[in-house]
Amino acid sequence: MVEVKNLVKKYGDMLAVDDVSFTAETGEILGFLGPNGAGKSTTMNIITGYISSSSGTVTVDGCEILDDPVGAKSKIGYLPEIPPLYIDMTVRKYLEFMFNLKKVTLPKKEHIDEVCAVTKIKDVQNRIIKHLSKGYKQRVGLAQALLGNPPVIILDEPTVGLDPKQIIEMRSLIKGLGKKHTVILSSHVLSEVQAICDRIIIINRGRLVADSSTSELSQTLSKSNCIVLRVVGAPTGVLSALRAVEGVYRVEKGLRVSDNCYEYEVYSEKDKDPSRAIFYAMAKNNTPIVLMRGNELSLEEAFLKVTKSEPAPKEKGGKR
Amino acid sequence: MCAVIKREIGAYFSSAIAYVVMAVFFLFSGLYFREMLMFDSSSFAYLVLSPMFMIMLFILPILTMRLLSEEIRQKTDQALITAPVSIWQIVLGKFLAAEVILLCCMAVFIPMVIVIAAFTAPTWGIIFCTLIGMFLLGSAIIAIGVFISSLTESQVVAAVVGIAVGMFIYMLDNITSGVQVEFIKNIVSSISFMTRYSNFTSGMLNIADVVFFLSVIGLFLFFTTRVIDRKRWS
Repeated sequence: MVEVKNLVKKYGDMLAVDDVSFTAETGEILGFLGPNGAGKSTTMNIITGYISSSSGTVTVDGCEILDDPVGAKSKIGYLPEIPPLYIDMTVRKYLEFMFNLKKVTLPKKEHIDEVCAVTKIKDVQNRIIKHLSKGYKQRVGLAQALLGNPPVIILDEPTVGLDPKQIIEMRSLIKGLGKKHTVILSSHVLSEVQAICDRIIIINRGRLVADSSTSELSQTLSKSNCIVLRVVGAPTGVLSALRAVEGVYRVEKGLRVSDNCYEYEVYSEKDKDPSRAIFYAMAKNNTPIVLMRGNELSLEEAFLKVTKSEPAPKEKGGKR
Repeated sequence: MCAVIKREIGAYFSSAIAYVVMAVFFLFSGLYFREMLMFDSSSFAYLVLSPMFMIMLFILPILTMRLLSEEIRQKTDQALITAPVSIWQIVLGKFLAAEVILLCCMAVFIPMVIVIAAFTAPTWGIIFCTLIGMFLLGSAIIAIGVFISSLTESQVVAAVVGIAVGMFIYMLDNITSGVQVEFIKNIVSSISFMTRYSNFTSGMLNIADVVFFLSVIGLFLFFTTRVIDRKRWS
C-alpha cells in the first residue's frame, strides 16, 4: 500500500533521514518509533507530500508522490503533529471546508456526520475550534484525516498531550481504523506502539534500526532464557541449589529485597525451561520462592538496546 | 480552489478585516465624491476614481497580509499542501478571495454613478475604462501582497512590507523625476503604476496597460507558488 524506498532528506549538511526503506501492507498498523528528533515527522511529511525528499521514492497505492502528487495525496489522510486547524472556524465548518478541499465525492452531510460519530465530536460540532480542549482538537484533526475514507491514514504522535482516558480512547479508535485502512503512526511512547501496532519500525538519527512485528522484536532482542526469582533463605544455599538444576548455566545474585530475601537471575540454555526444576529444587532446599517471572525484554529495553548499539553518526537528525 | 476561495471569504467576513478595509474604502471614496459634488464638477473619473490610487495602495496590503502568513504560523499549510490540490490552486484561491473583497469595495461606485446619472449624462466610456483600470490595479497590488504574505510568518511584517512597497510604488514617479538619464526615465515610466493608471482615468484603454497589470499579477502569483514550493525542497 505504502512503499518507501531509499528515502534521504538533507537539510543543508544535516542528514535528517538517511536511506530509509519500508513498506506498509493493507490493513496493517505500522508503528514508527524513535526518540525525539529521530526523523519520524520528516519521514511522514515526505510520505504525505508536505516536503520533498532529497532522494528516494514514496509510492502510495501505485501513485508516486512526486510524479502524481494529487493522486497520491487523495489516498492519504494525514494528522500532523500539530493538527492543522483553522481556529476561528466551527468544527462543522472546518470539516466541510476540508471535505471540499479534498474533493470527496461521498454524500457530504452523511459522511461528515459519520466521521464525527467515529471520532466522537458530534456534541462540539458547532463550537469554535479555538475554544476546544487539546483532546478535542486532536480528535477534530483526526476527523479531518478520515474525511473521504482514504486507504492510508498517517498519524504523527496522535496521543501527545491527551489525558490517560483520552489516550485509551484514541488507541481503541486507531485500532478500529486498522481494520479498514493502512495506518502509519509515530510515537515516542513505546507502550503505546506495543499496544496498537502490528509491526514496528524503529528509527534513530534518521536511520532505520529495526523493522519487525511487535512480538518478534521483543523476542529477538530478549536475552537468552532468563528467569528472575525472589527466594527467601540464605543466599549461599540458594545459589548452590540453583546451580545444581539441570539446564542452568549461570546464576547471579541480585538485589536484596528484604531480610533474608534476595533476587536471583537464572540463565538457562535456550529452548529449555528450568522453572519447574527450580521450583522442586527450592522446595527441597526449604527456601520458598516468593516470585518467579520470565525476563522477556520489554519494548522499552529493546528500544534502548537497539538505539544504543547504533554508532552515532556525525550528522545530527533535525526536526521540522 | 473553490473550497479555498469560500473559506477565505468566510474568514474575511468573520474577522474585522473585510469590514475595516471596506469602511476605509467607502469613507475615502465618499469624501472624494462629496468634494466632487461641492465643486460642481462633472468629472467623476478624474476627481473620485483617480485619487483612489493612493488609498488602494495603502489598504489592500491589509487585505492580503494574513492570507499565507497565518497559514504558515498556524501550520494549517500542512492541511492545504497535503490535500489533493496543486499549489497553483491554493494561491489562486487566496488571490481570488481577496479579489472578491476588492469588488465589494468597488461596489460603492454603483450608487455614486446612479446619482450622477440622475442629474447629468456621465461620460460612460471614461468611467468604465477607469473602473477596469482600478480593478486591474487593485488585483496587481493584491498579487504583490499575496507574494509578500508568503514570505513571512507574521501578519504585521507582511502588512508593513506591503504598505512600504505601496509607498514605493506611489512615490516612484517623484523619486525619479529629478533623474536626467533618459534610459532610467524610460524604465521608470514603463513600470510606473501611476502612469499606467492615469491612462485609464483619462479614458484610454491601452492593451499595453492591461497586459502590464496582468503580467504583474501573473508574475507575483507565480513567485508565490515558487516560494511555497521552495520551502518543500529546502
